Amino acid sequence: MNHIAPGARAGIYHYDEIDRQFVAERVEQFRKQVDRRLSGELTEEEFKPIRLMNGLYLQLHAYMLRIAVPYGVMSATQLRKLSAIGRRYDRGYGHFTTRQNLQYNWIKLEDTPAILHELAEVDMHALQTSGNCVRNVTTDPFVGAAKDEVVDGRVYAEILRQWTTMHPEFTYLPRKFKIAISGAESDRAAVRIHDVGLLARRNDKGEPGFSFYVGGGLGRSPFVGKLVREWVAQEDFVAYLEAILRVYNQYGRRDNIYKARIKILVHELGLEKFTQEVEEEFARLRGPKYRLDPEIVEGVRQHFAPPPFEELPDHSEALERAKAADPAFANWLAVNVAEHKAPGYAIATISLKPAGGIPGDATCDQMDLVADLAERYSFGELRVTHVQNLVLAHVKKDDLYDLWKRLDAAELGSANAGLIGDIIACPGLDYCALANARSIPLAQAISARFADPLRQRTIGELGIKISGCINACGHHHVGAIGILGVDKKGTEYYQITVGGDPTLTTAIGDILGPAVTETEAVDAIEAIVDVYLANRSDESERFIDTLKRVGHAPFKERIYAAD
Amino acid sequence: MSAKDRSKEGSMKAITANRLRDGEVVFLGEGGVWVESFAEAALFPRAEADGVLAPAKEKAEREQFAVDIYAFEVVEQDGVPVPATMRERIRTAGPTVRLDLGKQAA
Repeated sequence: MNHIAPGARAGIYHYDEIDRQFVAERVEQFRKQVDRRLSGELTEEEFKPIRLMNGLYLQLHAYMLRIAVPYGVMSATQLRKLSAIGRRYDRGYGHFTTRQNLQYNWIKLEDTPAILHELAEVDMHALQTSGNCVRNVTTDPFVGAAKDEVVDGRVYAEILRQWTTMHPEFTYLPRKFKIAISGAESDRAAVRIHDVGLLARRNDKGEPGFSFYVGGGLGRSPFVGKLVREWVAQEDFVAYLEAILRVYNQYGRRDNIYKARIKILVHELGLEKFTQEVEEEFARLRGPKYRLDPEIVEGVRQHFAPPPFEELPDHSEALERAKAADPAFANWLAVNVAEHKAPGYAIATISLKPAGGIPGDATCDQMDLVADLAERYSFGELRVTHVQNLVLAHVKKDDLYDLWKRLDAAELGSANAGLIGDIIACPGLDYCALANARSIPLAQAISARFADPLRQRTIGELGIKISGCINACGHHHVGAIGILGVDKKGTEYYQITVGGDPTLTTAIGDILGPAVTETEAVDAIEAIVDVYLANRSDESERFIDTLKRVGHAPFKERIYAAD
Repeated sequence: MSAKDRSKEGSMKAITANRLRDGEVVFLGEGGVWVESFAEAALFPRAEADGVLAPAKEKAEREQFAVDIYAFEVVEQDGVPVPATMRERIRTAGPTVRLDLGKQAA
């Protein structure tokens, strides 16, 4: 076995023997289930829910296996394993998803038990990446590093991983259930578009607690999560979540898949009635059994102890020299690098969005390189973001230039984090069995059109998000510009929305007008950008702020004037 | 009769599935044999397709050979039969964004 040595890496939860035994047993269980399916002992109807519980979907070209990256954090060793699996069992690449996971697109059913066995060697699995259960809990990709962090979300995400795994009440929910946690002032986890969104805070005494938002979600019926309780103390964290899930289990609809998510329940019951039900259940549950013991929290917290930062001056002469000498690096620094809470360190976002590239895809060579760089520059750990990028969270400012040069040589050095080239796109009709239209070609065309890094910076913060069907895996509802692919009598069309916002000021975008063709869509996006640049009050006014101020009319007029 | 010849007779259908053990896209060929290439797929007049589909589905499922078995429409384009929808065109070829992958790469 090739387990990660406890204590050898910073910021990674290390499995204990119970975790390992559980995952190993699940692998062997699935191996037998696959054997029984291939021999005909199990029908497809019987087998399908089993394979889905192990992250295995059947897509257009082959099986797709979704690997859990708990709260988006993994070690260099784990990333190398993902790369090795991609080479051996897939086609030399993987796709990072909006749930901070990784998907392989060309998997064989008969290989899956061996793949899961290899994953278990590095404490990874594909559990809770599909099915009507609590899915992989997501959090801030800057967790444990961000200057504006108040509470470390990894601790509570890990507690939820342990709490929800194989929880008998959570295994057959009415529908899938997604939870996100943010413990910083800025919301980098899009908490209010989740079934449960948790904002971790501290009270006047410095004690951690949580605001619970419930009933957010995208898809066919988008809703912004509603505040159900402003403050839940740490000791009640699990009890309150269990109360919500119990109410959902009891009242959530199982007769209609389109009305089965908790967002519909909250909407139909009304916030007041839903909250009352949750509070009553919470009052019944509250007690020693459900009290989150501070010692347990502390035990988990120790897994996420800060890495051994050097005592450094915050100012780096080496960085300043490189910045002055290399404008391309200076641009990347300004766009992709964020402030770290430790002096002399920085957070680097590795863009998986080269101009004209496929958002979220990384070759196995690129994965190996990032694993090497994580070990060399960031204590051997990295994060996956819900925007389909990677993050090295603890890079010395002195090392940033070397890091960027190595990234740039491997087409990983794009300076576009948060800019128009940083497009979220679902796999769409190129891979997905549910899609109605392709997403990736449009993302490629748009990012190629706006390839110039300086033009992107001039435009500023502007998130484009593309989904190939109404299930909204590409988060189009909350894109500053959202694009939804639709099929009209066999032809792909794209419906454009504007004004979406995934941050704490969450907003669902509005449809701008009739859907357009793929070619028209790229021109329409450029027209929207031109109208924004012509109308913004100054360079600091973001696209969504200009949109709020001037309304939709000038944008509509430009795009649809010729109709 | 090949796919190219048969599609000229009017609106046709082909039958497709994913192979159970590896997920590979397969098509029902002549003589009830499953093939990997659309060019070798048997084409059936619309009215006959359902009659062919039902027993082929039953047999493939019974033998644990294939899953997700259905018929799809085929049209003629420049004298060549092609799937009518983008979805099926992508299944028969591979991702449009990775021409090095899927059947188109073979």
